[in-house]
Amino acid sequence: MGNIKTFGASMQWSNVLEMVHESRIDSVGLNERVNSLATRSIKKDSKLEALNMVVSMCDLTTLEGEDTEGKISQMVAKAIKPNPLDNSVPSVAAVCVYPSLVGIAKEKVQNSNVKVAAVSSYFPSGQVPMESKLLDTKYAIDSGADEIDIVINRKAFLEGDYRKVYDEIVALKEVCQDVHLKTILEVGDLKTYENIRKASLISLAAGSDFIKTSTGKLSIGSSRQACYVMLKSVLDFKSETGVKAGIKVAGGIRDAKDAIRYLVMINEEMGSDWLNPELFRFGASSLLDDVLKQIKKLKTGAYQAGYYFPRG
Amino acid sequence: MIDWQYSESIESPEIVSIKKKYSNYIGGKFVEPKSKKYINTISPSTEELLSKVPLSNEQDINSAVKAGKEGLEVWSKLTPNQRSRYLFKIARLIQERSREFAVLESIDGGKPIKESRDFDLPQVAANFFYFAGWADKLDLSWATKSLKPYGVVGQIIPWNFPLLMLAWKIAPALATGNAVVLKPAETTPLTALLFAEICEQAGLPPGVVNIVTGDGSTGSLIVNHKDINKIAFTGSTQVGKLIQKSLAGRDVGLTLELGGKAANIVYEDAAIDQAVEGVVNGIFFNQGHVCCAGSRLLLQESIHDQFVKKLEKRMQSLRVGNPLDKNTDIGAINSKEQLDKITGLVNEGVEDGGELFQTQCELPGNGFWFRPTLFTNVQPSYSIAREEIFGPVLTTLTFRTPEEAVEIANNTEYGLSAGVWTEKGSKILWTADRLDAGVVWANTFNKFDPSSPFGGYKESGFGREGGRHGLLSYLKASS
Repeated sequence: MGNIKTFGASMQWSNVLEMVHESRIDSVGLNERVNSLATRSIKKDSKLEALNMVVSMCDLTTLEGEDTEGKISQMVAKAIKPNPLDNSVPSVAAVCVYPSLVGIAKEKVQNSNVKVAAVSSYFPSGQVPMESKLLDTKYAIDSGADEIDIVINRKAFLEGDYRKVYDEIVALKEVCQDVHLKTILEVGDLKTYENIRKASLISLAAGSDFIKTSTGKLSIGSSRQACYVMLKSVLDFKSETGVKAGIKVAGGIRDAKDAIRYLVMINEEMGSDWLNPELFRFGASSLLDDVLKQIKKLKTGAYQAGYYFPRG
Repeated sequence: MIDWQYSESIESPEIVSIKKKYSNYIGGKFVEPKSKKYINTISPSTEELLSKVPLSNEQDINSAVKAGKEGLEVWSKLTPNQRSRYLFKIARLIQERSREFAVLESIDGGKPIKESRDFDLPQVAANFFYFAGWADKLDLSWATKSLKPYGVVGQIIPWNFPLLMLAWKIAPALATGNAVVLKPAETTPLTALLFAEICEQAGLPPGVVNIVTGDGSTGSLIVNHKDINKIAFTGSTQVGKLIQKSLAGRDVGLTLELGGKAANIVYEDAAIDQAVEGVVNGIFFNQGHVCCAGSRLLLQESIHDQFVKKLEKRMQSLRVGNPLDKNTDIGAINSKEQLDKITGLVNEGVEDGGELFQTQCELPGNGFWFRPTLFTNVQPSYSIAREEIFGPVLTTLTFRTPEEAVEIANNTEYGLSAGVWTEKGSKILWTADRLDAGVVWANTFNKFDPSSPFGGYKESGFGREGGRHGLLSYLKASS
């Protein structure tokens, strides 16, 4: 135990434990700060800039049993050209699909800069043996996934077996090698801010490139509060190790206004380095259309109906 | 990498109409000063002349106190319930016109619109609502035979929260059946004069509220007027002492709310990120023009470096600039005089050997501005650790044990407020018990509520404002 040298792990277990045990968060003060950042008034040019940033940071997502090749083709087309009538709108960052659909998504994105992300490790519950998680992930990577979104073992976490949570991520990162690993904490299951911080630090230490709020499969998805806890963890982790990790917020972010509030928080707490699809993402299905409508409105003054925008 | 700059988002000043010249509000009428003299009031963020207000002389104060006595005649004959209704009406009118008041407060005083809009004005209305509720319940509050108002009360208020300090003074005074003569600060008279319009709109009987403007000499005339029954003053300790001397030997009531040099104690087991926020709020709120500001940061040695690093980073994100921009965190310093005072003390701090950190924000060309400032490596003997700076300047001291923290915190002539940061409840109670301060905040700072009494120990003054205790500042009780 303790000092096993592993691929990708950014911090040894004993150091992780030390950081985890110092997770103290005052929820009243945290809420106050988050709410005060939400009063920033983003208008005119800075709003247009923000909306384009949001588009470029989107992981356009479909994760349903009913997903077919046809559905994925539609979504990828939209991901590459979110608004075919306005070329100034950038492509989204990635499309996010189940492993069995990675092949078709990869085929459709062709030489655009849209990446293909796959959810694996038995998303969303993760309630299978480790061997299955590894196999699931390996399959997605072999199919060509550029990025892998895994879920942490909440069973182990809530039972207090943090070591198991860490070891699993380390093992999955070994499978991923250079493939970008995003680790989903599922903050709706973790509930307390302390838990979110602990899970963030464990995931970062185990070598995750990104930490991600939610699967989008629970009624409690992302919140700006959870994002705040995670970004503080990312910053503290960076000051300990020098490793600069990213954050993905997903689940329940439905409109442009909310998305801009996340950007404000990233901008003021982390700095403009993080305002970049390499380090900040939105998991989105319905968010993108509202952002496109807002861009149109800023440019023309008209708030157009949904049918003006191609479905994805 | 993208450098995302926020576009300007200016709260429209169109909502306020500032007159070229103002009059005093005496006996329910706007009357020109008999002194025929005026003083300028400028915008500290642009140095533009906004208006002229009366420099009231002895004759003006005589008229105001006389009007107060006449107003008292009517006011004291009303039932408590009727007085209560007037106060409720004032509270509602303030809410209706709150945007107008907020904009005017930011123009005349320099504070950011997000604070005047989200803090000052809601608090002003809340104070009138709160004391309106007390007006008809005074007899239930104390086991005494009789509670009597003082009569005509002279109230002298500062420039840091112009309208809120007016509310803290006028609401309890009227609820307890007094009439008032109020003098707003020389640099921030406009919202008080706009409040006079609210009194008119509410149909308040003439003379119950009288507002006279002027400088220190005007304040002194109020204090020394023979028919004044009580003085309530908020301002500097220096002036407070002068007032107390003037009133010695006279049958005039007095409450003083004076300076402070609050310790904000951060223990190593605090929630650090929230403590950083609280420390920032404690000293940079309202440009640090706050008598209860957490101006002395007491850090446990074990977390000093980590905390200072986080604090400096956080300070860099403070936005200094146009008070009417909704994204401004720190507005203008209230006056040239105050800016000079802050600059002088900061220079002394550097000469004494304090290590200076200032944020690298751009400052506007005109107006009075001061960069958010942090001193580390400060000894308790330095003037920046002892004197009230009343600006955006934080001084850091360190301690080793809780006993030492309390000793340093109490090692000051002031005793208005203090803050304690730890996740351990028992340590909060242990510390709070030992701090000589009127208000002790735990894991938060600068929180106010009309129901919570506020006031100082030692040279921070005496008497309480707010809550049931605040009523006693305006009542004579006999048992």
